[in-house]
Amino acid sequence: MERSPVAVFAEHCRRRELAYQVDEAGRPVFRPRVGPATWRVSAGHGTVYAATVMRPRGGEPRSLVLVDLDEGFRMMSRVVGAEPDAVRVGARVTLDWADPEAGADAEDAAPVPVFRLQPEAGA
Amino acid sequence: MTGIAIAGAAEAQVGQALPGLSASDVMAEAARAALADAGVAPADVDGVFAASTQLPWASVSLAEELGIRPRYSDSTMLGGSSPMAHLDHARAAIDAGLCDVALIAYGSTQRSVGRASASVQEIDPWEAPYRPMLPVAAYALAASRHMHAFGTTPEQLAWVAVSARRWAQGNPRAWSRDELTIEDVLAAPRVCDPLGVRDCCLVTDGGGALVVTSAERAAALRRRPVHLLGAAEAHSHRHISAMADLTTTAAVESGRRAFAEAGLTPADVQSAQLYDAFTITPILFLEDLGFCPKGEGGPFVADGRIAPGGELPVNTNGGGLSYAHPGMNGLVLLVEAVREVREAGRDVVLAHGNGGVLSTQCTVLLGSEAAAEERPRAMRARARRPGGAPLARRRSGASRAAGR
Repeated sequence: MERSPVAVFAEHCRRRELAYQVDEAGRPVFRPRVGPATWRVSAGHGTVYAATVMRPRGGEPRSLVLVDLDEGFRMMSRVVGAEPDAVRVGARVTLDWADPEAGADAEDAAPVPVFRLQPEAGA
Repeated sequence: MTGIAIAGAAEAQVGQALPGLSASDVMAEAARAALADAGVAPADVDGVFAASTQLPWASVSLAEELGIRPRYSDSTMLGGSSPMAHLDHARAAIDAGLCDVALIAYGSTQRSVGRASASVQEIDPWEAPYRPMLPVAAYALAASRHMHAFGTTPEQLAWVAVSARRWAQGNPRAWSRDELTIEDVLAAPRVCDPLGVRDCCLVTDGGGALVVTSAERAAALRRRPVHLLGAAEAHSHRHISAMADLTTTAAVESGRRAFAEAGLTPADVQSAQLYDAFTITPILFLEDLGFCPKGEGGPFVADGRIAPGGELPVNTNGGGLSYAHPGMNGLVLLVEAVREVREAGRDVVLAHGNGGVLSTQCTVLLGSEAAAEERPRAMRARARRPGGAPLARRRSGASRAAGR
């Protein structure tokens, strides 16, 4: 192993690529982990598997979702560009990118993969 | 009598602990009370089992508190189901001759010191960028999926909280005993949709302890033994983003193995103590443990069917939602299961623990002397019956269900 999974993933993120691993049988692996050596880049299309709106006391409501990417892996993320309570389980979503959290220490902090609702067919 | 039995059980500082008490103090008070209940001296304990988010060296702290020099020590951390796992491990250790008298204990001061400092979250690079409010957000995600897949409703979730409250209203020691309606639960402020504050467990202090030994040795002690009929543990993931199917937990595995060991089916269970950190969890466990088919947990809990007078008594002290929830609730569930056998006259009681974010699942079946004697016969009968007994809805529980 030459670089950590976090380092490889972040390098892809800086190129606006959502990377995932594949195992020896070619099956997608996410969450990235020590072991699989092969990385691929997702086309960035998926379906909301589960969704909640987090409502911290004294804070703005925030989206939290699990997205099933079409390549066959699942990741945690959030939906941007829509009211958090407009996000439905089963909705189609497309990859987008958000700036890293303000105050996240490193200046080399990578963009964060997030998702947007796909326009309804015919809309 | 063969097998393992619980010879002593106690709680301590449930609700709000006295100022100045540490988690270790609370654990020690519960342990001393359980030993007194059993009529066992600390010096007779040679196996210690404990875990707490506040005590990384829990079993070592426990032994120091009581002056025990153990020959077997286990601080296995499975979150809220740890005490059920400890019971399983204590059984294995006693069976293997590694200890004779096991002390299982837990203590928390999470209400006094605040949840954030009592339970420090690990930083996970694949979830942290989205700042999940854990653990509640994970359970909310599971609830959202269950609602999508099976049509489970917020009203059905609310029935879990209302049923727990009705049990608590019959228990003078319960933390929350005010009237609570379905409308109250639905109108309460949302925390993580679809879960509101009344869908979330209490945050209390408290501790508990069990004294466990061979059934033979327990028979000579102060209290009537409560027998371990079956126990099994399983876990499927650490992070919610690594859980394969958010509507099916590893309780499927732990339940199947615990029931097989006991030679029993869900139809034999007279009361169930099901980890209720959030209202979705008893619904999942009723399904996964075989009390109803997958997807039917919502209708199963509705209309008072798990409340006093209902079909299946669930969380008979008021549960984590209304009795107490000191951080990791497994030992409180086990103490209530013991109380159900000792004082409510139940023959077979199930206690199911959950830990992390639906991560760890441990199922324990406790029983009376009669159930323990019945067990070999039940197991033979089960072996003759291909496929085992049907896991259909209970039919005969109503008459037994009345009252605590």
